[in-house]
Order: sequence, then C-alpha cells, then structure tokens
Amino acid sequence: MGDADLANLSDKLMLTTVVLYIIAMVAYAADLGFGRRRAKLAADAEVEAKVLVGAAGAESVDAGTAEASGDGAEPERTQIEPAKLAILLNVLGWGAHLGVLVSRGLAANRWPWANMYEFLTAISFAAVTAFLVVMLRYRARYLGAFVMVAAVVALGVANIWLYDEVGPVSPALNSYWIAIHVSAAIVATGAFTVAGAATILYLVKSRAEGRGTLREHGILARMPSSDGLDRLANGVTMFAFPIWTAAIIMGAIWADQAWGRYWGWDPKEIWSFITWVIYAAYLHARATAGWKGRKAAVLALIAFAALMFNFFGVNYMFSGLHSYA
Amino acid sequence: MSDTETESGTRPPAARQAAQDAPKPKGIGPLGWLRWAWRQLTTMRTALILLFLVALGSVPGSVFPQRGQAPEDVAAYLKEHKTLGPWLDKFSMFDVFAAPWFAAIYILLFVSLAGCVIPRAAKHYRSMRARPPAAPRNLKRLPQSASFETDAAAEDVLEDARRALRRKRFRVDAGGGAVAAEKGYLGETGNLVFHLALLALLFALGLGNLFGYRGNILLTEDDTFANSLSLYDQFEPGRVFDSDDLPPFTVRLEDFQAEYEKDGKSRGQATDFTAKVHYRDDPQGAEKAYDLKVNHPLMVGGAKVYLLNHGYSPVFTVKDADGNVAFQDAVPFLPMETRNYTSEGVIKAPDAQPEQLAFYAILWPTAVTTEDGEQIVSAFPAPLRPVVTISSFKGDIGLDDGTPQSVYKLEGIGETLQPIKDGQKLLEPGDTFELPNGAGSIKFEGVREWASLSVNRDPGRIPALVASILAVAGVVASFMVRRRRVWVRAAGGKGGRTVVEVGGLTLGAATSEFDDIVAALRGPERDGPGAGPDEGGPDAESADDGQGAEPGAGRETGPADEAKE
Repeated sequence: MGDADLANLSDKLMLTTVVLYIIAMVAYAADLGFGRRRAKLAADAEVEAKVLVGAAGAESVDAGTAEASGDGAEPERTQIEPAKLAILLNVLGWGAHLGVLVSRGLAANRWPWANMYEFLTAISFAAVTAFLVVMLRYRARYLGAFVMVAAVVALGVANIWLYDEVGPVSPALNSYWIAIHVSAAIVATGAFTVAGAATILYLVKSRAEGRGTLREHGILARMPSSDGLDRLANGVTMFAFPIWTAAIIMGAIWADQAWGRYWGWDPKEIWSFITWVIYAAYLHARATAGWKGRKAAVLALIAFAALMFNFFGVNYMFSGLHSYA
Repeated sequence: MSDTETESGTRPPAARQAAQDAPKPKGIGPLGWLRWAWRQLTTMRTALILLFLVALGSVPGSVFPQRGQAPEDVAAYLKEHKTLGPWLDKFSMFDVFAAPWFAAIYILLFVSLAGCVIPRAAKHYRSMRARPPAAPRNLKRLPQSASFETDAAAEDVLEDARRALRRKRFRVDAGGGAVAAEKGYLGETGNLVFHLALLALLFALGLGNLFGYRGNILLTEDDTFANSLSLYDQFEPGRVFDSDDLPPFTVRLEDFQAEYEKDGKSRGQATDFTAKVHYRDDPQGAEKAYDLKVNHPLMVGGAKVYLLNHGYSPVFTVKDADGNVAFQDAVPFLPMETRNYTSEGVIKAPDAQPEQLAFYAILWPTAVTTEDGEQIVSAFPAPLRPVVTISSFKGDIGLDDGTPQSVYKLEGIGETLQPIKDGQKLLEPGDTFELPNGAGSIKFEGVREWASLSVNRDPGRIPALVASILAVAGVVASFMVRRRRVWVRAAGGKGGRTVVEVGGLTLGAATSEFDDIVAALRGPERDGPGAGPDEGGPDAESADDGQGAEPGAGRETGPADEAKE
C-alpha cells in the first residue's frame, strides 16, 4: 500500500471512529438514563445520533445517519442490553481509532503526533484508552457517555478546524524524543481528561447529595457515591501526575538538545508548569483539612482548564517555540 | 462528602486552627511572633496558597513579551503602549521570572516546603529505626481482621507468622504473645525525596544562573569563530561568570546544507539542516569534523554548541569612483519571511572614495515574477535562482565617530546618506552594476549560507537532571507504596486449640496482601470451621455493589497524608 493509500485509509478510519463513538455515546447514555428499559432505546438512539452527528461534522452526516439507523435498530430485534452494545461499539471504535494513528504514522513515516490534528486525535485516543482501562478495572461504565462526548467533540474539532494532510516534520521535531516526550504528554492528557469527567460528576453528585435532591431512579443514582467518584478522580490523577511530570522533564531534556537550554519559559513551558503546579496543589489539597472535597475538586478542574489552555490557547494565542499550529 | 457547602467553606482547617489556638503571640515577645509566623508559613494552607500564587504569577510571563526571550518584542510593546507599558514594566511584567515579587513567592514556597519536609524527614528516619508499634488490644476492630483456630502451639504459630512476614519483607517485632510487623516505608521516603528533589532542582537552576553563560554567533560558510567574548554577537554571562572561563575552542563552518520538501502541499518545508563544521579544542589542537544538526549539539571544551538558525550571505565586491576595491565580502542577510527566505541586508563600504557608498539589498533565493509581471517574489527557500535588487546610497555612513551601528541597517538615510538617483538595479550572480555618473560599481558574486550558533555552558544541567529523575522516582514511589501494618496474636483457647487473630491496617485503601498473609498463616490443612477472614470497613461495602471505584494506586490520602504542622 502506498503512502497516499494509507493516508486515505487513515481518513476513512477516522470517519468510522467518529460514527462508532457517537453510537456508543448514545448507547452509554441510554444505559445511564433508562437502564433496562430497552424497548425505548432503539428509537431514541436513532434520533439522537442524527442530531449529534450533524453537530460533530458536516461531512460525516450521511455515513453517520446510515450507520446509526442500522445499528440503532439492532437492540430492538436482538434485545441486546445497551451497556453491552455501548462497550462493543466503544471497543470497535477504539480499534478504528488506533488504526487512524497507525496508518497515519505509516503514511508519514514518523510518529503520528507532529501537528495539532494528530495531537488531538492521539489525546482523544489516550482518553478513550484510559476510560476503557478504568471501566474494566473499576467498573466505571457510567463515565462512558461523558468520555464519548469529549472524544467526539475533540475528533470533531480536529477534523473540522485542525485537519492537515500527511506531511513531513520540521527538523526540530525530527528526534526520538518526539516518541517519548509527546507520547507521555498525550497519555497524561488522556488520563487527566477521564479524571476531569469524574471530577465534574463528583461535583454534581455531591451537590445533589448535599441538597438531598437525589432521585431514586435518576441518572445520578446510577453512579457511585460522591466519595467513590472522588476516589476515582484522585486515583486517575495520581496515575497521570507522575507521567505529566516526566513529560515535562523529558521535554526539558529535548529542549536542551534542540534549543540549547532545558528551561526557557516558552509559553508552552509556562503553561505546562502552571498545569503541574495546580495539579500538585489539588493532590495536596485533597489531603488537607478544610480543602478536601469540593474545593479540591474545583482546583482539579482549574488544572484541567490550564491543561486545555496549554493545548489550544498557547498554540493559537502566543508565539513560541512550540508553535505547530 | 457529607459536608454542605457552607460548612466546609467556613470551618477553619485543622492545621489552621492549630496555628490560631497556639499561644497568643501577644506578650511573648519577638521570638513568639517569629514562632507564630513560622507556624503560619509551614501550614499546608499557606503552601497551597503559595502554590496557587506561583501558578497565577506565571501567567503574565506567557501573556507579555519577556526580556529574557524576546527583548525586541518588549521594546516594540513599550513603543506601542506608551502609558500602559511603563506601568507594566514597573511591576516587572516583562521579566516575570526574574521579578522580585515572583522570587518572593517561590522563596516563601520553598522555605515553607523545607520547613515541613525536613522535620518530617527526621521523624521518618526515627520511625524507620523504631520498632513496629505494638499490637492493639482488639484486633477485630481494625479495618482488616481475621481469626482462626489451629492445633499448633501458640509459640509455633507466632514463629511461623514472624517468618512469613519476614519473607514478605516486613519489619517484624515479636513479644507479649503477639507479632507486630510494618512495611512500606518507601512511600513516605519517596514523598520526602520528591520534595527534597524539588529543592535541589531550584538550587541547580540557581547554579546555572550564577556560573553559566550563553552566547550567539552568526557564522558564514568558510568563516571561523574563536570562542572569545568580543566575537559574540550576543552574550549573557551568569552573575559570577569570568571571561577566563571561556574554553579556547574554534569552530569553522565548512558547509551548510538544508533539505526541503520538493513537491506536494508542503513544498518548501525544511526537512533537514546540517552544518558541517570543523573544530579544534584549542588553537593548537587537531582539527575534527562534526555534523551539527538541530537535535545534535556539539560538545567542546565543556561548552555545548547548537545550531539555531540559518540564512543567506550574498557576496559582493564594491569598487569606488577611483576603481579601487572598497569592499569585498559575504554579507549576512536576515530573512524577512521564513517560508521562502526572502532576505534583506545592507552593504557598507566606508573605504570608498571620495564618498562612502552603502547599499540596501533584497535577496530572493528562487526569484520568480508574479503573474501580473509586476513584482518579484521568492518561490522556494533554496537558492535555485538567486536574484538581488540593489538600492544605492552615498554620503556619510556614520561609522567614523565610533558610534556602534547595526550591521543590518543603514542609518541617516536622507540626512547624511543620500540615495543615488537611478541607483536601483536587479542583479543575478556575476552581474555588475555601474553606478550612475561613475560613482563606482557593485558586483553580485554569488550566495553563501550562514548558520547561527548558540554556545552555552550550564553547570546546573546535570544536577537539574539528577534532581528531576529523583523527583519522578519519588512521586511514583509515594503514590505506589502504602505503609501497612499487620499484627498476629495467638493464645490458647478452649479445647486445647490455639486461637489466632490477625489484624491489618493500611494507610489508604486496603489491599489483598492481607488476605494472602492470612491464607499463608492458616496453611492449606488448617481449615478451621467458620473462620474466614472477615473484612470490615467502608471499602468492603462499596466494592461489592459494582460501583465502588477503587483505584489501585489510590491511596486515600494524597502525597502528604497529614496536615502540615
């Protein structure tokens, strides 16, 4: 297969990924919202899929609706539980997502994270991977709908605004450190995303618990206690934090090789540092009387906002050595 | 979290309460005040606020141009913002990371950190050497507990337990009919190493700032650079740098090679740069060759040489009105845009007689005319069809009185330097332009390339790397390893059988390790009736309903599991 074919395959797989994730998202939402009331699912899945596909990307509307109606109708016939359908589609989508990255890497003959389109694709892949791991290990299926929304939005943004054809990298990026530094940053960002989703749910749930407005069969009741959500968010953050630390340090080593200094307060470096500091504050706050709970959770969300700003804001608002936009 | 918003918001944290309930500073003199201030500073609450301030204080460093990174942008900003600019400057907004207020925040933060971590390290050292704490009276009340009966004698059971726990690398202490064991000190060790490594990192950064140096040079092909202060285009010494510290190496740029994508959408994008250099460690040393590339710096004489940038140096020969050669050299041009490397530069011939001559020129590496035929543009960054346009000037260049001048700019145009009428001309390599009225001539000989190199030495580099690695190792250890305690008590029960009680306590979420230990103690044949390990505690409940998220790495308490004192 030639490079052009591989690049083409990558784009096709991207479309497949988005479609599968959208249906998985609907199925997760159905699982969360209606539980075992399966009959209602099929119709809703179809309607919602159409709406969401439209929002995610104009070019994927046709294929999206076609698949949605095909798959959405299936549970009604075979009486598959939405949860199982969601996980199946999620895993299939994950495989296609992996295929996107692999085929793109092969087409370009390099690691497939050298521009914003590829970063975002890789980060959403890492987030979905982190979610799948968390789901399998801690049975955190309830996060599925939220992680799928984040992944679909990220892939939509990547395709609509950031798309870039397969191309070579600039000499500065031509280093084995791209495999290590950027991969670590991508993995950490993916995990932080899952932790962020859990943190938001924690805030919502603990608010409902505090007010006593928890309905017996509501969506919130299907989630673990706010304590459990808090522990999950913290656990995933504790996984991601050392990786983020390592990513920054490896970035510094690379910067020392490429630019002649290991730390130069480049905007990207500044915001990586800010993100790191706020996550460190979160980890400490969680163990400090008077700060644990909601305040710490808010810190985690600020840290996540800094992480997102580091990715989008820094590349488009400031000029620096990390401008790959 | 059962606290409502208002409660958790208004209730003072324990550490803070402790600080406030400490003896009132009033009436205990300056020492008492100092002690009070120290306690305030070393609370976790203060540390959190300082952490947040460090993050917040870094933000302007990314918003405003910084002198350390882009001094020319700062100058432009000040020019553009006549009222706001000086105010921002007063608050060091253009040198955020060297600002006194920023230094105040991070020094306070690190003092606070040291004030917490160092006493903790001492405490940890003592507890590592101390005996594991004796068994509590009622082992059944511990988060993890189990009991069983056996026919073996109590002493044998305890001896077995001692050995089994030792094998699992617990620190074990036996006595009083019980075995006490503790393990997992690495967690706290890692935590302390992480924080101390951060302190070390700060010192490493300071070391580089004090003793290091960095400088930039622009080198045209065939030129040689000798490492001496006067030959740098730009030089930033550390605070206590001594110019005798400069290693006496020389570097000659043989050839600069750039490779570009030749077709497709990314045509013109650079794919590789190589500066072929020859260098000597000292002027008498043997000449060695090196391919300097973007990610492959050259190490020479304790310094590192980096390839930073590149551009073109067209070669010109200028003759004056008398026909004498007034100037003949390669002139580095600066790129006006980096896509196709249209570059500009000036040629100064102060030796020209009777009047000094100067030229402003634009170089198009691959010149093509635009579709309307009006303009020339560069279509490719490599010098496939180099063309320069020349604008000529005569008069006084302004170099004679010794005022320093940029080599990339002409000064006094329209005042001391007058444009020569009809003095514009487009030249290809080899072309000569005879200035009107026999004022002289300029010949475009050809194009060479230049590379800009950065030379630096940072003695803090290796210490910083070591500190960083320790920090990562420390944080990983502190997140992965939990301290856990196990107690085993054995006593004779009714019917001559021995009753064995096992209790476990883990900081944070419990692990299955306890069950393994109990199983090992009971052995396969000792299956007493109704004596399964019964786990208590909140974790056991939530684990069953399928929703109790129990992150394996999730120690319930964060990196610092006690409120700072």
